[in-house]
Amino acid sequence: MPATPDDVHEALSLYGYIPDEGLATSVFLSMVLQRPLLLEGEAGVGKTEVAKVLSRWTGGELIRLQCYEGIDVSQAVYDWDYSRQLLHLRAAEATGESLGLTTSALEQQLYHERFLLKRALLKAIDHHHELPPVLLIDEIDRADDEFEAYLLEVLSEYQITVPELGRFAAARPPLVVLTSNRTRDVHDALKRRCLYHWVEHPDFEREVRIVRMRVPQALDRLARQVAGAVETLRGLNLYKPPGVAETIDWAQALAAMGVNELDERTVNATLGTVLKYREDQERTRQHGIADLVKQAFDRGFQPS
Amino acid sequence: MSPTLEAHTPAERMAVAFARVLRGAGLRVPLGSVLAFVDALGRLRLDQRDQVYWAGRATMVRNPEDIPLYDRSFQVFWLAVTTGPEEPAEEPLHITLAIDDEGDEGDSDPGSADASEEPQITLRFSAMEVLRHKDFANYSTDELRDAQQLMTRLRFIGPPRRSFRHRSSRRGRRPDLPATLRSALRTGGEPINRHWQESGERLRRLVLLVDVSGSMEPYARALLRFVHAAVSGRQKVEAFAIGTRLTRVTRELNSRDPDKALAQAGSRVVDWSGGTRLGESLRTFNDQWGVRGMARGAIVVVLSDGWDRGDPAVLGAEMQRLQRIAYHVIWVNPLKVTPGYAPLARGMAAALPYVDSFVEGHSMAAMEELAAVIAKERQ
Repeated sequence: MPATPDDVHEALSLYGYIPDEGLATSVFLSMVLQRPLLLEGEAGVGKTEVAKVLSRWTGGELIRLQCYEGIDVSQAVYDWDYSRQLLHLRAAEATGESLGLTTSALEQQLYHERFLLKRALLKAIDHHHELPPVLLIDEIDRADDEFEAYLLEVLSEYQITVPELGRFAAARPPLVVLTSNRTRDVHDALKRRCLYHWVEHPDFEREVRIVRMRVPQALDRLARQVAGAVETLRGLNLYKPPGVAETIDWAQALAAMGVNELDERTVNATLGTVLKYREDQERTRQHGIADLVKQAFDRGFQPS
Repeated sequence: MSPTLEAHTPAERMAVAFARVLRGAGLRVPLGSVLAFVDALGRLRLDQRDQVYWAGRATMVRNPEDIPLYDRSFQVFWLAVTTGPEEPAEEPLHITLAIDDEGDEGDSDPGSADASEEPQITLRFSAMEVLRHKDFANYSTDELRDAQQLMTRLRFIGPPRRSFRHRSSRRGRRPDLPATLRSALRTGGEPINRHWQESGERLRRLVLLVDVSGSMEPYARALLRFVHAAVSGRQKVEAFAIGTRLTRVTRELNSRDPDKALAQAGSRVVDWSGGTRLGESLRTFNDQWGVRGMARGAIVVVLSDGWDRGDPAVLGAEMQRLQRIAYHVIWVNPLKVTPGYAPLARGMAAALPYVDSFVEGHSMAAMEELAAVIAKERQ
């Protein structure tokens, strides 16, 4: 368990994620207070990555639940393995085992834990490893209200009831990270249960460090230029301003091409790795690729 | 009114004091959040400004829109210096329904005023019937109240879409294993009676964008009633006011009591009867809500007369963007009924190519028709 937010900062950096102070404090509080952490922000600012790096750091298993519209108990919590149950039933019939059993006794055999398929939530709660798992509930804003209500219950008590079997309670509550792209508002009750952090695009220096860390083959100068160009792009009023994920993709693409510094031709050729909308690419070309490169150079030369 | 917390430790005193500042600034801070803040402070250093700042943000802020307010409150609290008086954004604004003569652009409709006097004289229709066809702009306050009653009766069904959830069905083509297993228990483990299921259906989201700018003033309030009827009657509805800027009013309109809902929504919208920047507002909607998912596969209804002070090209581009992700785009224009009206407003002309249904919206009857259009999208 970390003792201060600085410990978290150090550990996350060590495992490949450079947090800002707010995120480090939120993660720290989430760990010591055992409260879920809700991360909201634009797509591509690195919300999901937080859970992954937490898992790498703490050694707890990463259990991921991808939400979508219409997600329900059988996909998120548990389901029964019906085909095996049917086979078991027929086997009992064939061997004559079922003759001496009442229907309810037979039913009891069927609804046994060995026929239970544990999905992400139940897995995270019914976990017997020494290290608590990291439960990532990704894009909660895509799930619907009923699921949120259910989730609130699970995250308040850290227990789940399977009607046929009984109650599962977590020996050690998992570290829970929820992410949302804010396509709709997450219910207030769920938000109150969580610690909240709004994740923003990193500032220039932090982005340079992220690129250096994630794309070690990129030279320092290239990393600074890429971060500088992305900073300019974010100021262009685009439909989808590039996130950190795009910055990394771009730096990787450039490094793979053996590019040491940006020039107009390479930027033109690789623009698709940072800007995923045709309109955004057009807008950038209107702004002028030459200007973009020049601004990136200015940024790149500035000593930190 | 709100439960109080007996403050003993330094952390508690700090938390209670700061929560009071936040509430004073207009942030909703439930007691549970204050307690979480106390817990958080217990694990941090109270003399470290940044740690206290982030602990408060993690526990008491739940929307990015509240961050600027939080920041200012924190400054006040931490430095104990007063900033300038709070801008009156949260103050409820009075919404008047006076029709002032819009001098510009000639968007008054002289014909309809005379026309609607007539049925009152010949009076063959019931009062309700008169009301149904009367232009909202010519309503008296009492009539408006009656119309609001009518409007609460509108029901929105809207087209469903296939969901991931399945339901039992005789005609379905997917085996329903839980049900089959249950009946196999009764037939000696032999799945003789097989059960089937099919995809369930879910309602599509309905997104309403109401223009509250000056030229829409006679209609905006009536239309907002309509929106309230939609929001309170249906599960998946989102509502926004558009004017000089975009304001989300879904939560305010959620109240069952229409008057309260409107008052709340009215206080949230700061640009009642201001100018219109349709394109810009729509762009904000697309960026912050629509394209991220809210408008995907949804029915989007724009209630506006299409007068836009901004660049029509922006409006056109944003409408195109919206139409690409929405299931159906409906534009409701109260001026459409005006005899000889052609969508001359530049904004309207730019938007029209990207509108699936273009309907009128000046009267109750028109609103009923709109509800029908929304419901019809079923096929």
